[in-house]
Amino acid sequence: MITIYHYLLLGAVLFSIGLYGAVSKKNAIAVLMGIELMLNSVNINLVAFNRFLTPDAVTGFIFTIFVIVVAAAEVAVALALVVKVYRERLTSNVDEIDWLKW
Amino acid sequence: MIELAWLIPVLPALGFVIIALATKRFKLLSALVAIAAMATSLVISLGIFFEVLQMGITMENPVEYSVRWMSVPGIEINAGILIDPLTAVMLLVVCIVALLVEIYSMGYMEGDPGFSRFYSYLSLFASSMLGLVVANNYFQMFFFWELVGLCSYLLIGFYFGRKSAADANKKAFITNRVADFGFMLGIFFLFYQFGTFNFGELAEAFHGYENIAFLTMAAILVFIGPIGKSAQFPLHVWLPDAMEGPTPVSALIHAATMVAAGVYLLARQFVLFHAAPVSLLTIAYVGGFTSIFAATIAVVQDDIKRILAFSTLSQLGYMVMAVGVGSITAGMFHLTTHAFFKALLFLGAGSAIHAVHSNSIWKMGALVKKMKVTTWTFVIGALALAGIPPFAGFWSKDEILLATKEAGFTGLYIIGSIVAFLTAFYMFRLIFVAFFGEDRTEHEPHESPLCMTVPLIILAVFSIFIGFWGAPFVEHGFASLVYFEHPHHVTPDYMLMFTSTLLAIAGIVLAWLVYGKKVISAEKIKNRFQPIHNILYNKYYIDEIYQWIFDNIVLTIASMFKWHDRNVVDGTAHGISDSIRAAGARLRFIHTGSLQNYALVIFIAIVLIVLWMGMPVLGGIQ
Repeated sequence: MITIYHYLLLGAVLFSIGLYGAVSKKNAIAVLMGIELMLNSVNINLVAFNRFLTPDAVTGFIFTIFVIVVAAAEVAVALALVVKVYRERLTSNVDEIDWLKW
Repeated sequence: MIELAWLIPVLPALGFVIIALATKRFKLLSALVAIAAMATSLVISLGIFFEVLQMGITMENPVEYSVRWMSVPGIEINAGILIDPLTAVMLLVVCIVALLVEIYSMGYMEGDPGFSRFYSYLSLFASSMLGLVVANNYFQMFFFWELVGLCSYLLIGFYFGRKSAADANKKAFITNRVADFGFMLGIFFLFYQFGTFNFGELAEAFHGYENIAFLTMAAILVFIGPIGKSAQFPLHVWLPDAMEGPTPVSALIHAATMVAAGVYLLARQFVLFHAAPVSLLTIAYVGGFTSIFAATIAVVQDDIKRILAFSTLSQLGYMVMAVGVGSITAGMFHLTTHAFFKALLFLGAGSAIHAVHSNSIWKMGALVKKMKVTTWTFVIGALALAGIPPFAGFWSKDEILLATKEAGFTGLYIIGSIVAFLTAFYMFRLIFVAFFGEDRTEHEPHESPLCMTVPLIILAVFSIFIGFWGAPFVEHGFASLVYFEHPHHVTPDYMLMFTSTLLAIAGIVLAWLVYGKKVISAEKIKNRFQPIHNILYNKYYIDEIYQWIFDNIVLTIASMFKWHDRNVVDGTAHGISDSIRAAGARLRFIHTGSLQNYALVIFIAIVLIVLWMGMPVLGGIQ
């Protein structure tokens, strides 16, 4: 029997993997992938809560759709930035992208 | 007529506005506007004067009306008109002299590029002066007091392209500001204590007021105003330098009217000084000292206008002394006569300067042959100033001497007599050198045009006859009009008259012997008493002493304040900003610019916040 705890555990694991990827990866694309993982883990949580706590309402599902849309838009912008940065600097290493410093 | 009194200051003010805005380009029209405004004011003043005589308005029951000027909670300030014989006399004096000076200036200022500007300033001055005269409260008086100061500043610096004129007007303005500050403090103290600016209400409040020390302080503070405006020692330094202005200005402002405003103020609120005897004593001695101090300087000066300026100082000292010994009648009477004959002397000097293009009496000489009207009116003015009977100065000066003698000030009486002698001497020194003797002129002098000589003649007539108005044997004369508490009818003191006349004649004869007949060599006397001559010629080095004080003491204090400002005040402000900047310089290193660092920090912070907020739910830390 799969309970809400299994879903939440899956979300937490996915979130942790995503956070690790976002914080530790050098490649900007990998960082973006980590962020996508974190967003999706949140989506799993939302869907699970909706399904188990308030089965009659659809609030969580609607939220999830919003998050997916925002994530898609965000990825589009972020990838465009990465491409632009790569053309300018010939790198996508986030450690070297620190021009806003000072 | 009295209800029209408010028009008297307003008309010249209108003239000022019209000249400044409309007629500036049409010179003759500007002069006519100013003269028309002044003449109308004179007509109203005459009407008021006769109404005062007919309606029995005396010093005790003046006519007063006022409107609210400004009002803030706790303070209500009125603008008002106060008409009593003192005001009426002063209005006449100011209007007549101002009108004559304005007519005279048409000739004197002819061809000057600033002709219209000159008339606009003159109108503004006349307006302010008349506003000062009719004021019924201290606040209004102070307002106009400052305005006449401003006009004086503008007119002294009329030829502002000349450095000496620019310096002189600054000097006049700053010296007057120093004095006005004292005056202002005095007014504020009075307001603080009695809650009103009104002269009449204050006079009632003084009645039976116990705290004489407070009144004395207030009175002396108020007296500092006249010390500046009427150029009494030690704030007299601006008046001789004020001669940088055009001569008609010297005649109107720095001889007849504005400098007399101080004396007028003393007379206007005499009750204040009367209530504080110590202040009265101070006034008497300041006046007496100024009169002899300035008279001795005048003996050795070369510049015709400076001689007259020091003479004005000396005569103002006389008036202040008269008020100080308790006789505003004598003081105001001398103010009246002095206004006419000193204006005459200045205008005559202006006429002479106009003809020879020099201020030095040694560059004049023998003007009597070329300029008959100027010379003889000047002589009349000098006789009046010297106090030869029956000219105006004789009567007023004798009344002052009599007042000092009767009040028991023997020292001041002797000083006054010496001043009378010196006055006669320096005036006739001027006359024998500048108007008689040999011709030393560099240009060919010629008599001035009619518009200059006619005012001279009118003033000369006044200088001869105005004195009888206050002569001791005249019933219902000046003394029954302007007085304090009750009219004081003087009995003629023939001994005193004889002595003062004798002294004046002695002065004239001595001047004639030295400068006319040259029996006594002026050079020899000068060489014999070289140190004294130097001191007098340099005006007792007062200017130099002030310069030294400013250079050494005031500037030292100022530099101390500068140090304090630079190091303590600025140091605090700069210290705060510097320390913040230093803190920023250190903290900037935690901003690595690496996105992942920021993300990590944000995540850790969120974890901590969640733990903190989740503590009650999780059971807390026991």
